[in-house]
Amino acid sequence: MITLTIDDQEVKALEGSSLLEAARENGIEIPTLCYHEALEPYGSCRLCVVEVETPRGPRLVASCVYPAEEGAVVKTNSEMVRRSRRMTAELLLAAAPHAKVIQELAAEMGVQEPRVSLSDNDCILCGLCVRACKEIVGANAISLVSRGFTKEVSPPFEIGSNSCVGCTTCVFVCPTGAIKLEDVLGNKSVHTWETDFRTRACKVCGDHYLAPEFAADLEKSLSEGEA
Amino acid sequence: MIRTCDELVDLRNSLSAQRDGNSRYVAVCGGTGCRALGSEGVFGALESEIKKQGMDDQVTLKMTGCPGFCEKGPLVLVLPEGLSYQGVKVEDVPDLVSKTLVGGEIVESLLYADPTTDEKIAYESEIPFYARQRPQLLGMNSRLDPTSITDYIALEGYVALSKVLSGMSPDDVIEEVTKAGLRGRGGAGFPTGAKWRITRDVPGDVKYVICNADEGDPGAFMDRAMVEGNPHRLLEGMLIGGHAIGAAKGFVYVRAEYPLAAEHLRIAIGQAREYGLLGGNILGSGFDFDIEIVLGAGAFVCGEETALMASIEGRTGEPRPRPPYPSVSGLWGKPTNINNVKTWSNVPIIIEGGAEQYAQTGTERSKGTKIFSLVGKINNTGLVEVPIGTTLRELIFDVGGGIPGGKEFKAVQIGGPSGGCIPKEHLDTPIDYESLTALGAMMGSGGMVVCDEDICMVDLARYFMTFVQEESCGKCVPCRLGTRAMLEVLTRITEGEGQVGDIEYLEELAQQIKQSSLCGLGQTAPNPVLSTIMNFRDEYEAHIHDGRCPSHACKPLIHYSIDLEKCTGCGRCLHDCPAGAISGAKKEPHSIDPEVCVKCGSCYELCKFEAVLVE
Repeated sequence: MITLTIDDQEVKALEGSSLLEAARENGIEIPTLCYHEALEPYGSCRLCVVEVETPRGPRLVASCVYPAEEGAVVKTNSEMVRRSRRMTAELLLAAAPHAKVIQELAAEMGVQEPRVSLSDNDCILCGLCVRACKEIVGANAISLVSRGFTKEVSPPFEIGSNSCVGCTTCVFVCPTGAIKLEDVLGNKSVHTWETDFRTRACKVCGDHYLAPEFAADLEKSLSEGEA
Repeated sequence: MIRTCDELVDLRNSLSAQRDGNSRYVAVCGGTGCRALGSEGVFGALESEIKKQGMDDQVTLKMTGCPGFCEKGPLVLVLPEGLSYQGVKVEDVPDLVSKTLVGGEIVESLLYADPTTDEKIAYESEIPFYARQRPQLLGMNSRLDPTSITDYIALEGYVALSKVLSGMSPDDVIEEVTKAGLRGRGGAGFPTGAKWRITRDVPGDVKYVICNADEGDPGAFMDRAMVEGNPHRLLEGMLIGGHAIGAAKGFVYVRAEYPLAAEHLRIAIGQAREYGLLGGNILGSGFDFDIEIVLGAGAFVCGEETALMASIEGRTGEPRPRPPYPSVSGLWGKPTNINNVKTWSNVPIIIEGGAEQYAQTGTERSKGTKIFSLVGKINNTGLVEVPIGTTLRELIFDVGGGIPGGKEFKAVQIGGPSGGCIPKEHLDTPIDYESLTALGAMMGSGGMVVCDEDICMVDLARYFMTFVQEESCGKCVPCRLGTRAMLEVLTRITEGEGQVGDIEYLEELAQQIKQSSLCGLGQTAPNPVLSTIMNFRDEYEAHIHDGRCPSHACKPLIHYSIDLEKCTGCGRCLHDCPAGAISGAKKEPHSIDPEVCVKCGSCYELCKFEAVLVE
């Protein structure tokens, strides 16, 4: 265990944990959008910035990817931190004005109206879907493509991917609802990726619950696990 | 195959003996700039003309690297006298050969002419552009064929390597580089010796060294000239660094947009392997080292070290957070040392001449020379190498020859998209890492874009913001959306739609982007905007509050009219107006229809009576 100071409070944390983990373990809440405990941290949304003391003065770091170090002095809600989060929320609102989670976040940070209008796209490129598809499902059916403002999540060459097993994890982890799933009588379609798949119906209740590809994939990984 | 240091000395001696210092040597610049101007044709013509006039046994003809004076290319240098011919065309070649090579005369028409006095200057060393330089790095470029390892060896090449392998321990080498005071030439200026020390001291059997040759700043091309013109010196620097750090493998990450540089590097690596200077047991010392080229795919962000390593590993060129730093966990998780082309290329010079000699050039805290690319509104476009600490005035006016067309100097943009604009009040600032940072710019790779009075500083800031928001990898919100928001605001200001509070909003965005972005690209991206606000706030205010562009560069904010007193009705503007916006009878004052005018400015430039007004 290491000891550090978060918000004037001396706390203990497991060695190797991030500042975010150290804070949450000790009941200190830090807002995040691109973080999920089951996935590798990515450090893209910058909402989780915190202020750390360095020999060259205070500095903002993304707490989800910054290691908790012995003796570190961290502030999670200083003026410097709040200003950064407010600007991040304003930028996100300018880019995804209709995403509910963003509207709520902006309101919480005291952002009324963004001073520019950038786009109207619910996807905020947090990369949760891509990481979940890679790290949890192992399908790698989607990835982040292009650069800068044109960056987007896409299956290879923007055509429905054969690698998609229809598990819909991406739909589940998406914080803004940008990934749309349509379910019509056993035909599911993640039309964000132009992927269609049939689902198997339950023999007992008749509900459609699983794509055959996903079932095969699951069986395979389970048997590998046993071996 | 050279097996020992002694064999290398023997080879050098025999090669030097063949190179008679007094014999005729003609060097044609084969850098990308001169090639674009036709130097390959000139080289071919010289080759056949020299043969035709029976001079081929008395003249050595070489296609060399770039000596820097790109403005005047294609460049031909005649040695031993150091005659500099400029703007040489294929049709000039017969005269050049018969008069100079056969007859020993000078061809006046191919000489440099002083722009003010028109006086001809024959010798390279006397041309002001070259006279003020200290070409430690670039000087060798016009003396060797970059595709020939023997040329490099004959000119003391690999002397430093053999000095290191025959008696300097890794610690000695690091000590020497530290004493020399070399700082990273990629821009940030981190002390090179200290950087090597950190990577050396991290435990681990496998370590890597990398050369960052992903030069991408608009207007910067010094790394290209160095790799194209003298690839072996880069390899030698990396070999020495590999020995010092404890690496057996090096990578050169060069952008695919530099095909000639990559090709020369490929040839150089092949030759070095053939001569036993790369591979196993180099010069019998037991040191193993090899170098591989990786081509970049055109992403500016891959110049950022963590993105660069991701790209070498075959992943998307996205930066990752640090720590861990590359020196601890870099390429494939191994301790890795990354330096820029210029940093590596300085190393053999330090080892060969010693740290003390090296440290005599430069300032207290920044040693050695620095190459800048002078571009924009400047007479002598090209690459210049001067001691660190040279003032901007010397660089722009003495070496660069000042501003063309009698225009006023306004500012110089230094350090590319991470740098800033320095106004004329600071022309006498000695250039070093600290002084530039204090002025809101940065040394960066050394790109200098010179601006005259016609360049609008808001528009310039908008240009750089267009560049960075496009080249941002898009991973983190402040950089992806913040730079885009800054671009939106700058665009509306230059279009006359600026709002009260926009300057403050830009400053606020800039501060947050700098503080919260993941990597160096975002953390420095707002600098061009901040430095122009700092030094030219009045221009921003004129756009926003008065709807006026003081430099008359932002089209939506200017309009053209005709001074009825001055207009003679000559019809020149009327005839040339591409939009047909000008009307008027012959010898009667003309007028411009603002509804039709496309604000191209051609009437303004054409009018001999200064009758066209722009506001």
